[in-house]
Amino acid sequence: MSGFEHHRKSDRVIATFTGFEADLLRSLASQIVELLRNERAEPASPTADPFEALMTEFSGATTIPDDPVLARLFPTAYVDDEESAADFRRVTEGGLRDGKAAAAGHIIDALEDAGLPPELDEEGLVIDVELTRSEAESWMRAFTDIRLALATRLGVEADDEDYWHALPEDDPRAQAHDIYEWVGYLQETVIEALTG
Amino acid sequence: MSAASPVEVEPTLSPDEITFLAKPWVTLVWDDPVNLMSYVSYVFQKYFGYDKAKSEKLMLEVHTDGRSVVSTGTREEMERDVQAMHEYGLWATMERAT
Repeated sequence: MSGFEHHRKSDRVIATFTGFEADLLRSLASQIVELLRNERAEPASPTADPFEALMTEFSGATTIPDDPVLARLFPTAYVDDEESAADFRRVTEGGLRDGKAAAAGHIIDALEDAGLPPELDEEGLVIDVELTRSEAESWMRAFTDIRLALATRLGVEADDEDYWHALPEDDPRAQAHDIYEWVGYLQETVIEALTG
Repeated sequence: MSAASPVEVEPTLSPDEITFLAKPWVTLVWDDPVNLMSYVSYVFQKYFGYDKAKSEKLMLEVHTDGRSVVSTGTREEMERDVQAMHEYGLWATMERAT
C-alpha cells in the first residue's frame, strides 16, 4: 500500500493503486454520489404546512436530513435559532450537495480515465493517477466525506482504536473500519504532498 | 436633500458605546472524532489564509476544548465561512459574539 506523493518536476500529486484499491475507491465515491443524489433535500418529516412544503420543493430543504450521514455532512449552522438555521440550510444545502457529489464524481472519472475498467476482472492491474494541486484538493475533500460517512455508519468515537482492532478480522465492521483508516492514510499523504 | 443645522453634541455615552457597526458574529469549529488534525490545520491555512502556527493553535483548541472560534465578522461573512467549513467537511456553527 502506498499513498500520494508530490512529483516535483511536473508539480503533480501522484499515486499508484492496485486494481483492487482503485475499484474500492470507486465504489466508495459512487456510494457518496448515490447518497447525495438519492435522498433529495427533503424535510425530515412530512410537513403539515403546504406552504412550507412548496418552499422546500422549489428552493431547498429547511430541516436537518433524516439520514445521520447527511446530517453530519450538512450540520445545522445556528444552534439556538431554528429560523436562521432553516434559512441557511435552504440557501446552502443544494450547492453543498452538488459540490460534494461533483468531487466524488471526479474520483470516479479520474480512476476510469487512468484505465480502471467498468468491471474489475484482470489480475495485476495497476492504476496511476496524476492530479493537479486543485484536483488533489478536491480528492482530499471527497476523502473527508467518505470518512465521515463510514465513521457515522460505524459509530466511530474518539480514542476507540482499541475497540476496532480487537474485533475479529472477518467481522464486516472491522473490515469497514480498516477501509476507513486506509482512506485516512490516503488523505494524510495528499495533505503531505500538498504542503511538503 | 436636507440642510444641516447647528446642534450641540454632548453625548452621555462613552465613545466605545456609540457604534453603528452591528455586533460581530463568530464562526465556531467543533471537535469530531473523524477529521485528521493535519487536515483541520490545512483547511484553516488554506481557507482563512492563517499561518501554520495560528492554524495549529486553533486546531489544538478544537481538539482539546471541543471547539474554537476560527473567525469573526459580519453575519454575512460568517455565513460564508460556515458554508466553506461544511464544504470541507468540518463541523461548524455560527453565533453572535459574546
